[in-house]
Amino acid sequence: MDNWMELTFPSLSVNEGFARAATAAFAALLNPTIDELSDLRTAVSEAVTNAIIHAYGNDRSAMITLRCETRGPKLRIVVKDTGCGIEDIELARRPFYTSKPELERSGMGFAVMEAFMDSVEIESAPGEGTAVTMEKEIGRARGD
Amino acid sequence: MEINASKRGPRLHVKLSGELDHHSAEQTRNMLDTLLKDITVRDLTLDLSGVSFMDSAGLGVILGRYRILSMRGGHLTVTDLPHVGRLRHRGQSVRRRVWITGWS
Repeated sequence: MDNWMELTFPSLSVNEGFARAATAAFAALLNPTIDELSDLRTAVSEAVTNAIIHAYGNDRSAMITLRCETRGPKLRIVVKDTGCGIEDIELARRPFYTSKPELERSGMGFAVMEAFMDSVEIESAPGEGTAVTMEKEIGRARGD
Repeated sequence: MEINASKRGPRLHVKLSGELDHHSAEQTRNMLDTLLKDITVRDLTLDLSGVSFMDSAGLGVILGRYRILSMRGGHLTVTDLPHVGRLRHRGQSVRRRVWITGWS
């Protein structure tokens, strides 16, 4: 690991933008392209939103941890909560699936993360929480 | 989220400016639905050229408005879909699916 940062913040929707900004600022150390930054910002936004809506059910006192690490040209992002956990991870990953259709969700959260990152791993235990780990190599588009 | 709307006959043009994520989705949805209470609106154009960020929560807002317009036989056109529109599903980009089918 070359460098890392870790932030813990309450499960407030206003912190979705904060998490995006913090990730982009940290990722700037790897000199990403504009498109790569947009990929990272979008993926982080999805993971943090999932924690707020699904893990904590909008419990505003719960906490979310965002960790970013660089290893060479690779950026690893971990978004962790201690919420309700995911009972069926494969179902949750399925495009258009949403456990909260009444909220007019698109069901594309994990599909977005998978589309914009090189890898997405989900570790979850019902009643204990979820950790979403995403990796992306930065600079590939420039041919670094 | 800032909304600027203009109406001409059955056509409503709405320009959104700001970030469209879960945080701003409810406010945006409510503002759009207030405009769509006018049942003479048949064609809605959502101009997203001023949207600096959008994620799947924003896609949910768009799809919900598409359903409202479809139920009254209307149409939705989205212009300048942000970065998330690059997402591909079953070989087709979200940008194209939103435009043509409402992404059903």
